[in-house]
Amino acid sequence: MAYYPQLVSLIILIPAIGAFINIFWGARLGEKWVGTVATVASALAFVIAVLLFVYLEGSGYEAVVINPPIFDGWIQIPAGEVVIPWQQRVDTLSSTMMLIITGIGTLIHVYSISYMHGDARFHRYFAYLNMFLAFMLVLVTANNFLMMFVGWEGVGLCSFLLIGFWFDKAHGVGWRNTMAANKAMLLNRIGDFGVVMSVLIMFWTFGTTDYFRPAEIVNVHLAEEAAHAAEAAHSEEGAVAAEGEAANKPGDVVLAQEGEGEGAAAEEAHGEEHSTPGVVYVNNDHIETDQLGVFGQAERFLDEGRVIDIGPVQLPFSTWLTIMTLFLVLGVTGKSAQIPLFTWLPDAMAGPTPASALIHAATMVTAGVYIMVRSNVLFYYAPVTSFVVAMIGALTALVAGFIAMGQWDIKRVLAYSTVSQLGFMVAAVGIGAYAAAIFHLVTHAFFKALLFLGSGSVIHAMEHGHHHAHSHGHGHDDEHHGDDHHDAHEEEFDPQDMRNMGGLRRKMPLTFITYLFGTLALAGIFPFAGFWSKDEILADSWVAGFDNNNLAGYIVFIILLMAAAFTAFYMWRQIVLVFFGKPRTEAAEHAPESSRLITIPLVILGFFSLGIGFMNTPSYVLGLDNIFGAHLFTDRLEYSVSKAHASEFNLLIALGATALAVAAMFLANNIYRRSAIIEARRDPLEMLPTTAPFWSLANARMYWDAFYSRVFARPFTRIAYFLSDVVDWRFLHDYFHDVVIWKGFNAAAQGLSKPVDLGVIDGAVNGVGRVFGWLSSQLRQIQTGYVRTYALSLLVGVVLVILVILLPLLQRG
Amino acid sequence: MVVQTESFVMLSIVLFVLGAMGVLLRRNAIMVFMSIELMLNAANLALVAFARYWGNETGQLFVFFVITVAAAEVAVGLALIVAIFRSKRSINIDELHEMKG
Repeated sequence: MAYYPQLVSLIILIPAIGAFINIFWGARLGEKWVGTVATVASALAFVIAVLLFVYLEGSGYEAVVINPPIFDGWIQIPAGEVVIPWQQRVDTLSSTMMLIITGIGTLIHVYSISYMHGDARFHRYFAYLNMFLAFMLVLVTANNFLMMFVGWEGVGLCSFLLIGFWFDKAHGVGWRNTMAANKAMLLNRIGDFGVVMSVLIMFWTFGTTDYFRPAEIVNVHLAEEAAHAAEAAHSEEGAVAAEGEAANKPGDVVLAQEGEGEGAAAEEAHGEEHSTPGVVYVNNDHIETDQLGVFGQAERFLDEGRVIDIGPVQLPFSTWLTIMTLFLVLGVTGKSAQIPLFTWLPDAMAGPTPASALIHAATMVTAGVYIMVRSNVLFYYAPVTSFVVAMIGALTALVAGFIAMGQWDIKRVLAYSTVSQLGFMVAAVGIGAYAAAIFHLVTHAFFKALLFLGSGSVIHAMEHGHHHAHSHGHGHDDEHHGDDHHDAHEEEFDPQDMRNMGGLRRKMPLTFITYLFGTLALAGIFPFAGFWSKDEILADSWVAGFDNNNLAGYIVFIILLMAAAFTAFYMWRQIVLVFFGKPRTEAAEHAPESSRLITIPLVILGFFSLGIGFMNTPSYVLGLDNIFGAHLFTDRLEYSVSKAHASEFNLLIALGATALAVAAMFLANNIYRRSAIIEARRDPLEMLPTTAPFWSLANARMYWDAFYSRVFARPFTRIAYFLSDVVDWRFLHDYFHDVVIWKGFNAAAQGLSKPVDLGVIDGAVNGVGRVFGWLSSQLRQIQTGYVRTYALSLLVGVVLVILVILLPLLQRG
Repeated sequence: MVVQTESFVMLSIVLFVLGAMGVLLRRNAIMVFMSIELMLNAANLALVAFARYWGNETGQLFVFFVITVAAAEVAVGLALIVAIFRSKRSINIDELHEMKG
């Protein structure tokens, strides 16, 4: 038991090794082994996640911080004494995320083996998937914001790679996929700027980016409660028993020191040991402020009313906190696809469907919600940011839900639905319902993964049906897979268009039933998972609005109620269009049920979509809390999310919301059962004069993308063209290079070569030669060859010498 | 009677000038050669005269060396003249100006 938390470094390492093997040897291993390696890696990670979960259950949910041996102190700037440790945190929140990521991840790996069968880059797909798992686990297990950011960027990269996975599809589809990947990358960069700013501000303000230091107690309130309980036990049962109990009783949190001594003595890498062994602290008062993590320090700063001095301006800490969190929210709107940066997520459906299910529905896009809940302390004390978050979330939920009603693409509906549901979670964070946000995150992960995998199964079947229907026509060499082979004739057929489907209920019963489960869960019908989580968000916003008189509460409650109705409507519309009625194309006529590797994950996810909600049953509901326990999940979460709280069950809201959802579904059922109009490839709402403008607004995605393209993309492109064509090509290349530099250089070279080189330098050299030639020709004259001349000159010379010698003598004497 | 040293020196000068003029003015190589000998002997005479004047035998000794070297020089010089005559059929030194620059 004691060494379980150390496994958390392996949970990252194993998928990383899987990715490594597949990227380097995958092409040689063959499909069977690639799939096995990747799935086993994912499954092992899941086993570790389960072990960690079991450990937490046994150790009283006490958070453990692990320093993996290799990366310890991964950023060290010697002069600045900055140590940013590579620390991993195992607590109830990260354990929840790990279970979802690895659990759903494993199912999706299994599913992908069948779905991606025959793809030319099969091994690369699995390498990306494993790499994604590794980075996502870095993100959720990090104990500081910087390490979280490593994972944050890593999953962004994997998302980019998987959206653009089919970048080479024929007929411009590959180009579209590439653009979708670029769009995701660019919009996420905007968000990441916010994250970087936020982390830098934190580091500047607190001198650390750690969430909590190892010795810190996360939830002081719970710790004090438990201490009182232990004291009571102590006085009743005597010292020895209490000691034993304090060490072993689950639910007892006062064991910060015990936990260290027991499991992770090595973790105290850089922090001082604040605790004296044997003394049990119930709060962090004994720790110096600068030895606390970000959240602990923020609370201290608020208590002190500290003033932050930023150059010319002095800000109270609360304002500073608002700025800090608003930057973080910018990052969240990027990663979790919220207004204003949400437009990438619907386009991200260009990737393979299982990757969409894992990354763009269940896990990565919830990273923003995760990090906000992780930073719940900051958001709790920043009401302005919280209000903004609530508005963003609620508005996104409504807008995306509205757009989803007007889409024909089966995956696009789900994509907008994901955006909408993420809006629910974000809004929940905004109104302070942190536990409800994570609860909805968990349930949504299951049923949205289910729906995506179901839609993948449908698309796969439609492609097979299409091939089957047309197999007489041509040679049909790509028997296995239609995903990336389309010839010109087939291009007209869109296997994702719901107008081409219909009647699949009888062709694919298993897919239909699981899809129905997912739909009911998403629509929030009792007793499916979505009912519990959505109801909790609604109830929390009701409490925030009507009990605590928080403006955001009212707004969120009303908007989310509408969004919930939209959800039920578009999901039932999808069910009717895809599964009911008569097959509208030959492809739908011949669609086969998918293989077992695809249906088994569907069934498992369907089971969880039905049952997972019971893990957080509110108190006093139909006696269910006696069976499943009352808000177990929230209680568990409170150990890592200190501002989380359980919400009261509100029968009226539950009934009202369910009734609204059922009504929306009935409405959708009535409208879309009239299949004649759909056969004309038109939506019934499009035909009604009253609803037509609304429908076309939804169909045009409310002109968000068009607006962005007009306001940002097109001017940007124009500026880029201007820069490349005028500034770079015409000015720099044609003018500056060709005229100024080239011609100028030529002119200068010629100017230098003729007068200077030929004139001065050559002249000097030749002149010297000529001078000596002339001199020598003159001197040559005296060399007559006549001996007597020489003799005469000799004589003259001798006489001169004699004169020179004699002259002084003559003068003297 | 004691001959004055000045007389020897004067004779020596006369002889030397005669030799020098011969070297400069004569065209026959043999005559030039003989004039050189004359100049050598003028110098010998001066040496001997000064040696006598100073009472120092070094000068007289030196004259022997000069005579010896002059003999050797005559041998070489005459051999050269013979060789030149054989090739040129003339010993007129004005015709021997191949060394003109």
